[in-house]
Amino acid sequence: MLAMAPAFAQAKKEVLGVSMPAATHSFMAGAVYWANEAKKDLEKANPNIQVIVKTAANASEQANQLQDLVTVNKITSLVVFPFESAALTKPVAQVKAKNIYVTVVDRGLTDTSAQDAYVSGDNTAFGKIPAEYIAKFLNGKGNIVALRGIPTTIDNERMDAFNAVMKNYPNIKLLDAKHGNWNRDDAFKVTQDYLTRFKEIDVIWAADDDMAVGVLKAIEQAKRKDIKLVFGGAGAKGAIKTLMDGSDPLIQANVSYSPKFMYDAIKMTGEARLKGQKLPANNIVPSVLITKANAKDFYFPNSPF
Amino acid sequence: MPPAIAEATPGRAAAWWGKLHGFGPVVGLALLCVAGTLLNAEFATIDNGLNVLTRTAFIGIIAVGMCFVIISGGIDLSVGSMAALIAGCVILVMNHAAGTIGSPVLVVGLGMLVALVLGPLFGLAHGLLITKGRIEPFIVTLGTLGIFRAYLTYFANGGAITLGNELADVYSPVYYGSLLGVPFPVWVFAVVALAGGFVLNRTAYGRYVQAIGSNEQVARYAAVDVDKFKIITYMLLGLCVGIATLLYVPRLGSASPTTGLLWELEAIAAVIVGGTALKGGAGSVTGTVVGAVLLSVISNILNLTSIISVYLNAAVQGFVIIIVAFLQRGRR
Repeated sequence: MLAMAPAFAQAKKEVLGVSMPAATHSFMAGAVYWANEAKKDLEKANPNIQVIVKTAANASEQANQLQDLVTVNKITSLVVFPFESAALTKPVAQVKAKNIYVTVVDRGLTDTSAQDAYVSGDNTAFGKIPAEYIAKFLNGKGNIVALRGIPTTIDNERMDAFNAVMKNYPNIKLLDAKHGNWNRDDAFKVTQDYLTRFKEIDVIWAADDDMAVGVLKAIEQAKRKDIKLVFGGAGAKGAIKTLMDGSDPLIQANVSYSPKFMYDAIKMTGEARLKGQKLPANNIVPSVLITKANAKDFYFPNSPF
Repeated sequence: MPPAIAEATPGRAAAWWGKLHGFGPVVGLALLCVAGTLLNAEFATIDNGLNVLTRTAFIGIIAVGMCFVIISGGIDLSVGSMAALIAGCVILVMNHAAGTIGSPVLVVGLGMLVALVLGPLFGLAHGLLITKGRIEPFIVTLGTLGIFRAYLTYFANGGAITLGNELADVYSPVYYGSLLGVPFPVWVFAVVALAGGFVLNRTAYGRYVQAIGSNEQVARYAAVDVDKFKIITYMLLGLCVGIATLLYVPRLGSASPTTGLLWELEAIAAVIVGGTALKGGAGSVTGTVVGAVLLSVISNILNLTSIISVYLNAAVQGFVIIIVAFLQRGRR
């Protein structure tokens, strides 16, 4: 790519705008971290590109930032992680109408004609992989409780995928699934109450590594020995470290849903645009099962997530 | 419930309501407990009761401080963010000190001291801005709500600030340990509540707070140093937040930008449900404690049952808050 640079020296500089939610929880902190990593790597490798990363605290602030990126920064391409699908669809469509190349990440828009390409994590696999792992772990028989995230379509997709697998195992009982809101404190309370309510639980699907922290504490406090497995998710560095070290017998597997897709989306978009190419319309970053064997491939100690 | 009221004779109903006024929160709590027991036998167990009381301790302790602020005619919207920032600072200080101070017990002691100093310090800042700066408490604390949480997010780099393992082991009994079968947080909650009740009802300061909230001008004419007592009130609340944080940190050993989210509303709700007037002047610590327990009991019952769609949890809480407020509504 560097060799090609002189030929484009006179060409208009590619200005890539990145707009995403602010780092108010660890997953998004990871996504912001990876966005800045992508900026570093892209700008280092290509003198012709400038990457501008903006984070917003809510949907309307993000819409304002999109306007600024277009009018003030004169971006030529945009990678956007929408705060909310519906609210950002129109603002993004307006950006695209100005002939700016648009890649949408993770939370899809309600009207896909407002985007050129879409990059996301695999929410179906996020529910399916733990379900399959747990079913095998239990040999098709046992009691599960689940924790859900904040009520959203992403959460529904994951839960539906989980339930779809469990339908094949009539002897596995999902006792209840309540919202822990992807939050440690809420997960702690919900788990305490699960432990009060159900005397025999084999597996807890925490469905998120942050929630798993609260779940483990509640189990420890109640001194319960019946629970054999706590399945988190998303591959937070603390959880992956625990997995690598084998330091908690309840943690034996995880499923990847890395905020690194932000890095991939920015890098792919930037490189494609420099070459004047397009991305495939849909790019799903696959979620995979993480066990002790491959955990080191998913360990990023410098990321806040 | 409303149809039953309609059937009663007006005179008797009025007398019945009159008696209910002050007991609204207690009646509400009792009804909830009956409902909880009917829905799940596990509700009435000692273990569950202690779980609920223990988790109420944070909000309850903050609510006791908030009770004073609201009685004095003020408000503090920042307590959730403040608790989160203090928790983050405490963990950072402890992790840092662990490198230089050998004894983990000493490090934990230092961390606790930091919480107890930071809280009143933040309260002092609020009090000064409100009295000397003459800015509305709503605005001052709305500002610090953002400031505190932003600094926590900054210190945490958006992720979580986590206490080192060894320190977490030393510190965890503060939350998980118990005395005479009752967890420490419940003891602390009880002591704070008793002290709060004593200060409010039995000291000159308590009377001044009520006087200021009732009519600030009159209090000034009566030669009450309004500014001084207001500042003390915000510092007391800060101290309560610091104490709550002491109990919070050992629970999960971490603080993140989602820590303490909406605690301010829970604390304010506990105070108001407990019968304290939002416009100030009068209120009770007992009511506040009952209000705080009541709010925890609702979510506990919802977790122990699965008859209501999980999407409606917040609605159930809202309904109960309004019904209890209705039961204890006074003459306005």
